[in-house]
Amino acid sequence: MELTKLNIVQIHEGLNKKDFSAREICQSFLKKIKEKNKEIFAFLTVTEDLALSQAKKVDEMISADKEIPILAGIPYAVKDDILVEDIRCTSGSKILDNYIAPYDATVIKKLKGEGCLILGKTNQDEFGMGSSTENSAFGPTRNPHDLTRTPGGSSGGSAAAVADNECIFALAEDTGGSVRQPASFCGVVGLKPTYGAVSRYGLIAFASSLDQIGPITMSVEDCRIVFNAVKGKDEMDSTSVEYPKSGNQKLEIKNLKIGMPKEYFVKGIDPEVEKAIKSAVKKYEELGAKIIEVSLPHTDYALAAYYIINPSEASANLARYDGIKYGLSKEEKELIDVYLKSRGEGFGAEVRRRIMIGTYALSSGYYEAYYLRAQKVRTRVIKDFEKVFEKVDVIFCPVSPVLPFKIGEKIADPLSMYLVDVYTVSVNLAGLPALSLPVGKKGNLPVGLQIIGKPFEEEKILQVGEVFEKTWKI
Amino acid sequence: MINKEEVKHIAGLARLGISKKEEEKFTKELSSILGYIEKLKEVEVSMVEPTSHPLKVENVTRKDEERSKSESVDPKKLVEMAPDKKEGYIKVKSIIKVPFTEAKKWN
Repeated sequence: MELTKLNIVQIHEGLNKKDFSAREICQSFLKKIKEKNKEIFAFLTVTEDLALSQAKKVDEMISADKEIPILAGIPYAVKDDILVEDIRCTSGSKILDNYIAPYDATVIKKLKGEGCLILGKTNQDEFGMGSSTENSAFGPTRNPHDLTRTPGGSSGGSAAAVADNECIFALAEDTGGSVRQPASFCGVVGLKPTYGAVSRYGLIAFASSLDQIGPITMSVEDCRIVFNAVKGKDEMDSTSVEYPKSGNQKLEIKNLKIGMPKEYFVKGIDPEVEKAIKSAVKKYEELGAKIIEVSLPHTDYALAAYYIINPSEASANLARYDGIKYGLSKEEKELIDVYLKSRGEGFGAEVRRRIMIGTYALSSGYYEAYYLRAQKVRTRVIKDFEKVFEKVDVIFCPVSPVLPFKIGEKIADPLSMYLVDVYTVSVNLAGLPALSLPVGKKGNLPVGLQIIGKPFEEEKILQVGEVFEKTWKI
Repeated sequence: MINKEEVKHIAGLARLGISKKEEEKFTKELSSILGYIEKLKEVEVSMVEPTSHPLKVENVTRKDEERSKSESVDPKKLVEMAPDKKEGYIKVKSIIKVPFTEAKKWN
């Protein structure tokens, strides 16, 4: 039996039946990581000792015939912007190269309580800024489906690790598509939950009104299990909310109304992506779902608003890296030079670009023209969605307008990289949940369908996605 | 869109060291990004309220009391991470110029 190819339920059953031990599971993944990390570079840090000690506890429970939680003994990977106590945490940046997390993020605390095994920390664009993982200070991750191409970003390490069977699932943060787009590029499932559904305590802040932690998994079922384990209000994060109790509503595909935003199928989309998405939509139609053309008129402006709001919040959040409290510190005589040198050498080019855009947009004289205006456009984007959701249950659209691109293809032109995020950022501006689901391929390059839902309707979009997974093979 | 002097000024405000060569590069790149963002001006927003946050939560408070030891992070661990520290405190550079004799007394 190939242990690295099982799903959560299969491992759970295997552990209970003593077909294998948590230690054996853990070791087979550690072995796989050792073999593949040079090539794929999904992991920045491998936490072998931690994983094995966690596995030991699970095995002890099993041999004492105690009941184990569904996630006990399940090995997972953690994006390197989520804190795991006493483990290095870099957020893909040189400025945090030597940073050891002093406490556990709430999501980690919860999964430790379930008996999950932490295999390591995964590569990412520096502080989440990028769509290809090429902005990592430690080098790019490669797409397991084609090593010359990027795995997407910013959570490219997490998505590549799942796709390459180097872990069962991964946790990552999504600020403008950072869970969904790499999931799409790597042919795996990614969920960006409703804003406030999952605690951000212990997540290294990037853009606080947009950031949300979500799972990357091989299947929708795994995704549901992980999401249910990490969601919920946390008193350590005042923006987290009580997750509403939902009735056990079974999805009736015949009653499902799917909205297709016409603004998402215009020039700029790769014809191969459009073909794959439209063929997926047709399949739902054949099962009886109603397809309705809808309009999100501010789609184009959402991206521009995002690239003001995101850098503005980032410039404020990243002010904490000052060479005084922690992280990289350059020795200089004057305080101002400590700041300039530590931040100038510690931050990569994209991070400095965003800090400068944000500082510019927030500075006096420009605040109203940029930041305030962007916030007003954000309101319009939200209203667009509210209007559409009066008519439909879910929205279907691509995750990315392009197929996984070559390493080096877009990195020289920052704006061309931003444009890749056109279908994902609106969801963060509006705080909605969205699922990235693999629905097709061009050659060996995966295409992801994005299923957007109303706030706190994660279960519905998961069920809608599950229909595809269970009915058709890609 | 944005000139080299403005880029230098912004980098200074943000306390970012950038090299001479980078000044040119960032001027070009930031101009192209800000040029794209110009399209926000096409949206009619005169009657629209700004959104700073997707959820309508406000004034989330907790009791003003000490958290239990098990819930809080050991302050020693936090101070340990500072590059310069002394007796459980983080050492910072002086930001006020004082006469040498005065400063000596404080040390």
